[in-house]
Amino acid sequence: MRSNNYVIMFVLVMTTIVALVLSGMSTGLKDIHEKNAAVFNKRSILSSISDHISQDLNSMSDDDVLELFDTKIEQIAIDAKGNAVTGVKAEKIKLSDEFKKPEAERVAPLFIYTDDKGEKYNIFSVRGKGLWDAIWGCVAVNADLNTVAGVAFDHLAETPGLGAEIKDNPGFGKQFIGKKLFEGSKYTSVAVVKGGVKDPAHQVDAISGATITSIGVSDMMIKGMSFYKPYFEKHKK
Amino acid sequence: MVKEKTEIFGKKERALISDPLDGNNPITVQVLGICSALAVTTLLAKAVVMAVAVTLVVALSNFFTSLLRNAIPSQVRMIVQLIIIAFLVTVVELGLKAVNYPIYKELSVFIGLIITNCIVMGRLEAFAMANTPWKSFLDGIGNGLGYGLILVIIAFFRELLGKGTLFNYKIIGKTSEFLIDTTNSTLFGWYEPNNLMVLFPSAMFVIGIIVWVHRSWNKDLVDVS
Repeated sequence: MRSNNYVIMFVLVMTTIVALVLSGMSTGLKDIHEKNAAVFNKRSILSSISDHISQDLNSMSDDDVLELFDTKIEQIAIDAKGNAVTGVKAEKIKLSDEFKKPEAERVAPLFIYTDDKGEKYNIFSVRGKGLWDAIWGCVAVNADLNTVAGVAFDHLAETPGLGAEIKDNPGFGKQFIGKKLFEGSKYTSVAVVKGGVKDPAHQVDAISGATITSIGVSDMMIKGMSFYKPYFEKHKK
Repeated sequence: MVKEKTEIFGKKERALISDPLDGNNPITVQVLGICSALAVTTLLAKAVVMAVAVTLVVALSNFFTSLLRNAIPSQVRMIVQLIIIAFLVTVVELGLKAVNYPIYKELSVFIGLIITNCIVMGRLEAFAMANTPWKSFLDGIGNGLGYGLILVIIAFFRELLGKGTLFNYKIIGKTSEFLIDTTNSTLFGWYEPNNLMVLFPSAMFVIGIIVWVHRSWNKDLVDVS
């Protein structure tokens, strides 16, 4: 049996060493971690319009992704009234933090991508709840602010093979391409439905076995996108 | 008292590495680390990264614990072991986040959960507290590899049968992107990707089959009583 003093000293010295090494490592790697996180986010934003990018997104290097993003994408922060907010960089906005504010004070990012032919695509960000935890995604809309050009969803902890299919199964995302957000001047967005699509312009098929996650995606598409409704109404031709 | 001969890589040392691969496998014989074997085996790439991470953590925590084994006060030895494990897991996590961010995102909480992996704590208590640092290090490598081997076998079957891919390389499927396109193939026309293999229960089935095969091959493991 060691004395109490020895035990206390041993634990103190050990935890101090461990704490110093870990905090040193964390600080030292901070820049690399932040760059990696930025590349990861930008890749997922770009993947919603992967059909309109001349290169293959998966084989692009990190630096190419950053360059493409910086040269081809215009960033705007949008408030609840649909106006652009100055002084806020869209890529720095965290929707998870914005959702803690009252709706009138929220801002949301808008990324406008111009492809090689001069076509513009508006990429909106949405966030919602799946079965286990948060789900989020990017919705790309053509310049008419009505036709969906592509989507990219991601999740924190959905079940592989079921809810995680919103990300893993490219067929699910492809269904959204060509769907319409508006019916005439009425905002309808795109619903995810079970048991067969009845309204092909505004509905896509749910994932079997993943009802709650599918409802979550549907909510993001309808309620989440409705935050941008004032913006659509101002800029829609 | 006969002084034990110390060799760098003698017969005993080699057995420390080979035993956990077969007769003393952490998953199929000791039945430890099952939880992560279910969670990270949907894709081979995930399983390989996890295997490397666990091997590093077990080997190094075994080494450090053994180094300190005479200085660690017995009253708080479990807490000290946990500090060592948590320290190494955090190092691995920070490193992976810098080296391969997408895989880090995919593995999410499971890297952090290596701390609670029974193999690590089990080896510290059972081996490192009573053996020299070099032997403990080898024991850790052996157990990490034994765990990783099973993980990779499970992931191989789950990814191939569930998604038709290996390391995300398209092997068998219904479009021309795959190496074997089953739409017009007479040999593989029956093929249908089995979504059950992507779900957790399939890992249990595969582990069960591995245990069965292992025991019919190595009769020493069969419990006769």
